[in-house]
Amino acid sequence: MNKNIKFIQGNEACVEAALYAGLDFFAGYPITPSTEVAEHLSSRLPQIGGKFIQMEDEIASMCAIIGASLTGHKVMTATSGPGFSLMQEALGYAIMTEIPCVIVNVQRGGPSTGLPTSVGQGDVGQALWGTHGDHAIIALTASNHQDVFDITVHAFNMAETYRTPVVLLFDEVVGHMRERFFMPEPGELPLVERLRTSVKGGVDYHPYLPREDGRLPMSDFGAEHRYNVTGLFHDMWGFPSNNPGVVHGLIRHLMDKINNNVHQITRFKEYYLEDARTVLISYGSAARSALHVVENRRKRGERLGLLELQSLWPFPFGLVRKKCADARYVVVVEMNMGQILQPVRMAVDPPEKVFLANRIDGVFINPTDIRNILRLIQGKGM
Amino acid sequence: MAVKDYIRKRFFPHMWCPGCGHGIVLNALLRAVEQLGMSKNEIVMVSGIGCSSRISGYVDFHTLHTIHGRALAFATGVKLSRPELNLIVPMGDGDALSIGGNHFIHAARRNIDITAIVMNNRIYGMTGGQYSPLSGYGTLATTAPYKNIDHDFDVVDLSVAAGASFVARSTTYHVRHLADIIKDAVLHEGFSVVEVLSQCPTYFGRKNKMGGAAEMMELFKKNTTPIGSKAKKENPELTERGIFVRNEIPEYCSEYDKIIEKAGGQIKERL
Repeated sequence: MNKNIKFIQGNEACVEAALYAGLDFFAGYPITPSTEVAEHLSSRLPQIGGKFIQMEDEIASMCAIIGASLTGHKVMTATSGPGFSLMQEALGYAIMTEIPCVIVNVQRGGPSTGLPTSVGQGDVGQALWGTHGDHAIIALTASNHQDVFDITVHAFNMAETYRTPVVLLFDEVVGHMRERFFMPEPGELPLVERLRTSVKGGVDYHPYLPREDGRLPMSDFGAEHRYNVTGLFHDMWGFPSNNPGVVHGLIRHLMDKINNNVHQITRFKEYYLEDARTVLISYGSAARSALHVVENRRKRGERLGLLELQSLWPFPFGLVRKKCADARYVVVVEMNMGQILQPVRMAVDPPEKVFLANRIDGVFINPTDIRNILRLIQGKGM
Repeated sequence: MAVKDYIRKRFFPHMWCPGCGHGIVLNALLRAVEQLGMSKNEIVMVSGIGCSSRISGYVDFHTLHTIHGRALAFATGVKLSRPELNLIVPMGDGDALSIGGNHFIHAARRNIDITAIVMNNRIYGMTGGQYSPLSGYGTLATTAPYKNIDHDFDVVDLSVAAGASFVARSTTYHVRHLADIIKDAVLHEGFSVVEVLSQCPTYFGRKNKMGGAAEMMELFKKNTTPIGSKAKKENPELTERGIFVRNEIPEYCSEYDKIIEKAGGQIKERL
């Protein structure tokens, strides 16, 4: 039997991918349904000389990984709903200070304590707007373990490329489900390593001055360049500034480096879209049920297709507009009150052809739920 | 290296009010570092938010000015990922013990090798003089116009109870003593706490009619005494200064190295 075939949980696939990508520092706090990520890393990291620490809360976990990233390590934390709320201030700090890190949120039912052991996708909006102030963020997701692996590696690559935090929005079903998974060989997936400055010691180094290609080479804390890192608006040396030009320039830079590279960041899959009259748009575990519906209906000759989004932020407006241009109906399938429905309606013309098929009761959305909505849209009644 | 070589001269004069004690703490800290002959590259200073936390902008180390109350959590990440670096974390009393109180006790409990300096001026200065958990019962503040009914912590007792392996106290009046204590704290392997009684004449002093900076520092002289002194026996109201605890207990990062060995991993090369 192929030794690379495993039968594992989605949370484990995420761990394997993070290690594949070069993770060597993890800080976290136990919370359902993400705890397995911490458990596996507590045993795996020391085996490769990496560090695992269970912090006193999620705030401290987020802060600790930022500190460790500054010393030149690839870092990650993992949490779920309430813990993700606690991380928001430090997440904003990582955005402002441009420190690469990966935050896994295995979503459960919310708000508040909600449904700790049930599935939900209610943190999609929070991933973008959970922390205060104008900013941009990268948030990725996946619907099966092979994709969890690929997307987690992509998350580390994006974090290093754009010097930014990346949020992995998995959910309880993907996190806890076990399924077959092929472990890629080393070298099979491309990895982006930390870009370190080539400026020699004693020469003025600007930690916040982008190169021509937009990337900002870093210098590890402890190495020869000493500089300042602050959550205040700062100049190219990292020192506080309230100069309106500096403030304007920094906020534009933080937005533009993500939003102008939406094509490099975007990941998606498409099924039967070429001639689809009804386009389902889904992501995460909900996309599994959406795909099931599409495949069943195709067998009966119905022109249904699926656009599975694997990157939610920055939202791929152009992609969604193009893929839905010829559709009569667009149905967003998600387990919340329409958090991706809204940007889809902004992208699709006319917005009135976009409908929502959702489930918000902690029960995994199933093909029948989607079928019922399709019947309503098509005027067939329940 | 001279003391002046450890600072970022272009940012002086500093932003603290006239008479503020924090500049004296900076002075003592730099003298300690200079006397220890430390290189600027081996020190990481992590600070939070508040008047005290702006100290990190003035020193030519690797400096990380973070968010309110969380400096020790950031410092834990830096230290555990690069144990060969020396971590100094100056905090205000509100930063360290109100919003950051949980991180403070847990860093102490882990005994991770970080030097925490609590610059205790008993007030939130940056926001204009609100009471802190160190203001004490009966004091006045902009949010305690009828006098404060909150009781304060004893920073030393709290640190000892939380498991810090080095706990000391000094004041901005006893500046040489303070520098010596900071030296010992930096050399100590484990979590060390130095509480520095510092004056805020602008808010705490003025509100509580304690006079200007000089009068407030006179009070530090008058109201404190060395640990176990005769004066303390005669007047138990006096606040003791000196080193209260210095224990040799296993340090967190060295303990983690043992985990790596147990797991069959290789400890990564130090810088």
